[in-house]
Amino acid sequence: MADFFKSRLFFVALGIVIVASTLPLYVSGYILGLLTVAYYFGVFAMSWDLLFGFAGEVNFGPTFLIGVGAYTAGILNNQYGWSVYLCIVLGAMASVVAGFVLALPALRVRGPYFGLTTLVAVLMLQNFIVVFADLTGGEIGLTIPDVISIDAGVNYWIALGFMTISGIILYGLSQSPIGLVLQASGQDPVQAGALGFNIVKHKLAAFIVSAFFSGLSGALLVFYFGTASVGTVVDIAVGVQVIVAAVLGGRRTVLGAALGAIFLIVAGEFLRPTGELATFIVSTVALLVILFFPDGFLGAALSREARS
Amino acid sequence: MDATTTNAPVLEVRGLVKRFGGLTAVKNLSLDLRAGEIFGLIGPNGSGKSTAMKAIMGIERPTAGEVIFQGENIAGLPAHKIARKGFGMVFQHSRPLNRQTVLENIMVALLPDSLFMLFADKALTERAKWIANRVGLGAVTDRRPPTLPFADLRRLELAKAIARDPKVVLVDEPFAGLTLAEVGTFSELIRSFRDEGRAVLLVDHNVKSVAALVDRVLAMYLGEEIVTGRADEVMRNETVRRVYLGGAIETSARPETNFKDKVPLLQVENVSVFYGKAQALENVSIHVHQGEFVSVVGLNGAGKTTLFNTISGFLPYSGDIVRDGEKLRGTSPARIARSGIVQCPESRELFGEMSVRENLDLGGQHLTDEAREKQLAWLFELFPILKERQGQLAQTLSGGEQQMLAIGRALMMQPKILILDEPTLGLAPVILELLSKALEKMRQTTPITVLLGEQNVTFALPHADRVYVLEHARIVWEGDPGRFAAEAGEGYL
Repeated sequence: MADFFKSRLFFVALGIVIVASTLPLYVSGYILGLLTVAYYFGVFAMSWDLLFGFAGEVNFGPTFLIGVGAYTAGILNNQYGWSVYLCIVLGAMASVVAGFVLALPALRVRGPYFGLTTLVAVLMLQNFIVVFADLTGGEIGLTIPDVISIDAGVNYWIALGFMTISGIILYGLSQSPIGLVLQASGQDPVQAGALGFNIVKHKLAAFIVSAFFSGLSGALLVFYFGTASVGTVVDIAVGVQVIVAAVLGGRRTVLGAALGAIFLIVAGEFLRPTGELATFIVSTVALLVILFFPDGFLGAALSREARS
Repeated sequence: MDATTTNAPVLEVRGLVKRFGGLTAVKNLSLDLRAGEIFGLIGPNGSGKSTAMKAIMGIERPTAGEVIFQGENIAGLPAHKIARKGFGMVFQHSRPLNRQTVLENIMVALLPDSLFMLFADKALTERAKWIANRVGLGAVTDRRPPTLPFADLRRLELAKAIARDPKVVLVDEPFAGLTLAEVGTFSELIRSFRDEGRAVLLVDHNVKSVAALVDRVLAMYLGEEIVTGRADEVMRNETVRRVYLGGAIETSARPETNFKDKVPLLQVENVSVFYGKAQALENVSIHVHQGEFVSVVGLNGAGKTTLFNTISGFLPYSGDIVRDGEKLRGTSPARIARSGIVQCPESRELFGEMSVRENLDLGGQHLTDEAREKQLAWLFELFPILKERQGQLAQTLSGGEQQMLAIGRALMMQPKILILDEPTLGLAPVILELLSKALEKMRQTTPITVLLGEQNVTFALPHADRVYVLEHARIVWEGDPGRFAAEAGEGYL
């Protein structure tokens, strides 16, 4: 761990955060808004990488965890008018509970079935939201009375700060003894078991941590948007974007996932003038990176360092 | 060592049974393991020895029986609980954490099974360093596994297994892939575990390789114990010899000059294959004539399957494989199979959830309807049982029937050269007889060329026109089967 503070990765990350925190001084509110969303997405992607990169489990339904956090926070605020911060905390807690309830049985099944279970969970959540429209706002979306702030700069700093702190915690966790055990169980569950590690326990813990940060980030995002809708926090397509971001940034790097998310959102926006083509171009780039650089942006850089 | 530790067993296995569906892999196995003892569990591939080891470790849940460790029955506990009680296991294949250093890899094994260990303490690092020195990794603790030679990766496995000072160490195939010099060093290491008072259980496929190391040996066949005793006693045991070598061997070789083709149908020339850093074949050259039956015999791990997979185009190699004067390099496995070199793999690879008939029809996919009917009729004559079982799912067949189906499916492709990899694996003697008759019939009535890989010499020799002996990745003997017993049989076991 101490070595980390001397590593190149640390200084690069520190540099990026310092530069990013000065952005509100000289860029437009439009760009700040874009990056704010990108940072929340970064946390989604980092949480997902903890599961995929370390525990070796592909969660096809990151939006289940995100959506539960977002909608719980949104509904509590909409229905009871509770304070924003209480709603956010409760949203994160709801996500943890939902994640636990989902993962406990899902981790008992093997291989692709875990992924399928998580996918079905998203569809169920989506249906629930549409069916109970009175409570959830249904397909139109849920209006949220309160926001954290209306100032673009403040919102930006909150998102940046949140992503930075989440990044430190998730990266730290991935490099801690628990991260090592997770990585060992992801790579060779039989051997990890024979070394005396309860694999289900460790994977469950990873799922809960992932759920906490996904839910928290989802809740923060709806209070930034001022609305929650299926299309922004639950839809399968959103989940796919989170997955692509994490893989693009580099499996097993955590921090790379945030880079991938920022790239995806910013690139998508800059290509907006190309209309419908934007999604196509971004997807093509993502596909090429996955096919030819499966280690992703940061993964490629790190493994080169490891080999030398 | 005082008297109590030498006499009372640390580990007692009583009536251990492991069934997978209809297959009983381990039948009523019992053994005692004492502290300061190296115990060998040996048997040919498919005899259930690895399953027995996994059942002891809790990786496979035993179907019945007791595993008593220091007076407590631990059968049925999950592997991580058994490991914490004082067991360490050395795996044959390892997948170390490639982005972590050797030292960190060892430290993983030292960590507690806790979710609240956020920082490893200093004592762990010291202990990990000590273990690294203990197994001879002291000089490479800061390197990452991908940069290490194969023997050091195996050392890393030893290090992880003994990290938490286990009372019982289980070792799966201790010498697989190691050179002769390395075998010496590893034997010393394993002996030193014994001298520290640990109980060591080795699993290996033959007695010879572990004979110098073990105090006692239990030989297994078809899931059952044949005999337990000192290594030399076990090697002399009649049943053990029959299992490995078979009984009296009858041969009916046709001399090589009988085969009319001047250039052999298939030539393998100086082929070498590596799996990562382990050498699986070293300058292997064999040839097969049109219509000839050639057997490649060798114990498990000698490289037979690698040789066949190389011929079938699955593995990169150096050297040449020539068929009818044309080099096969660069031809895809599918094309090689279509052109008539058909492999019936050791693992059978049946489509378990398809019926017997569907499996066979897939083999004959490229034939015209008429030709397929004809081939099928011929096949049902060869293996009548398959005709009866047509509608049954392949996975519900018995082991022997599955093997016949695997051979049948390969024959449906109308091979010019049929490669049979260990067809006798795990099969009972009566089934061997059936297979043997079928092979004989093919030899008498068809122009087919067969390349057979076997560790069961009794099965391999009667049909063979010529025999190669493969040992430790090299061809060590070539000749007609009549001379095998006299020249190669002695050193084989």
